[in-house]
Amino acid sequence: MDSYDDFMARAYAMELEATERYAQFAEQLDTHNNRQVAQMFRKLADVEALHAKRILEEMRWPSMPALPPAYAWETAEGPETAHFDQLHYLMQPMHALEIALKCELQAQQYFENIAASKAPARVRKAATEMADEEREHVRLIRDWMKRVPQVKPGWDEDLDPPQVTE
Amino acid sequence: MNAPAAPMALVAKDFKSDYKPVWCPGCGDYSVLSAITKALAMLGLRPENVAVVSGIGCSSRIPAYTTCYGFHGVHGRSLPAATGLKAARPDLTVLVASGDGDGYSIGGNHFLHACRRNVDLTYIVMDNHVYGMTKGQPSPTTEPDWSSKLAPGGTGLREFHPLVIALASGANFVARAFSGDPNGCASMIAEAVKHPGFSFVEVLSPCVTFRPEQRAWKDAVHAAPVAATDDPARAARRIMTDDGFNIGVLFKGKRPPYKPGVGKSAQESAQAVAALEAGFRLQEA
Repeated sequence: MDSYDDFMARAYAMELEATERYAQFAEQLDTHNNRQVAQMFRKLADVEALHAKRILEEMRWPSMPALPPAYAWETAEGPETAHFDQLHYLMQPMHALEIALKCELQAQQYFENIAASKAPARVRKAATEMADEEREHVRLIRDWMKRVPQVKPGWDEDLDPPQVTE
Repeated sequence: MNAPAAPMALVAKDFKSDYKPVWCPGCGDYSVLSAITKALAMLGLRPENVAVVSGIGCSSRIPAYTTCYGFHGVHGRSLPAATGLKAARPDLTVLVASGDGDGYSIGGNHFLHACRRNVDLTYIVMDNHVYGMTKGQPSPTTEPDWSSKLAPGGTGLREFHPLVIALASGANFVARAFSGDPNGCASMIAEAVKHPGFSFVEVLSPCVTFRPEQRAWKDAVHAAPVAATDDPARAARRIMTDDGFNIGVLFKGKRPPYKPGVGKSAQESAQAVAALEAGFRLQEA
């Protein structure tokens, strides 16, 4: 990580990608009439959007900053972005939280790795703070998981499925 | 008089229409749509200067989900429509969206000749190795041993190899992308649009409904270990021997694109069209 600005630009891109993916998920489940889980993804998108906005405000960037020239994640997408294929039209709230938990843990790990790297001191300090924030999100999601029903076997059974091989 | 204000740079969501996609949740085509809109924003294009043409199938719904001009055409016939459009309006950036059934089976012959003609089009094929919209029949790229209710024990037929066919038929740009990497896919589509001539981007796009095992593609894909070549023989050897999961631009040719009508004045073009139309005019009794 070269500079503080580069680090924050990546952090911003990470939040933005996560926001977009959760919003896409909400849209997909709305279309398939799974309103409850769509609402959860919308909430998760709002939370990520708030983080992105906070970075913009902190950095006093008027809009999305230019990403560093070597901008790329180690994986195909940002560490906080859920993989697009994890949805099912009958998925339960717990499934959505499991997806979110995985993303938050990945984000926490991402920042912890930078905090432990040889990056400039200011970057390491910011990464430590962000790792702490992600750790707090992990805790919140785990609490949230206690308040939603456990997934019962047969949750994906549909006696009249929309897509079946004829 | 004030100087006209410079047009605002557009972002990906400016290329997305208000229509909500109706693909299955988790479908790879959502990511391809996202990659297309990102690519158009990256290229600094405007929706009114872009047309998206398609045939029939899940992937062919894409034109409606963009704010660009769109043409949702006949099954397998997206390429002839797009060729006509590009010939008539060379100023437009023309993208063609298709799937493995629409593009390689019903539209297979048009694929060969579109590659051969090398008109400046970008052909994006979302390949999920199955006919998803019609509920799971094997397509030209389905593995011979993929067993399903509709093809018990598999078809036993060798798969079609679209990248080799494209190369052998004269496509000027051949790439393979993965929908699970929308950023990489967007960059590849942008590169394909910028490259002159017929650019072919095969996107591995899982069908989570009829081929749920394709979720494992995200672990199978890997970056092509070599840079794109302009030597078709070398590219063919690479493509023929890869594992089908090499992601990257595999060939960038140097053939000049075919530009019918370009260089004619507007008046000459109008006269040519009028002469053509005259031949079809109905005679009054």
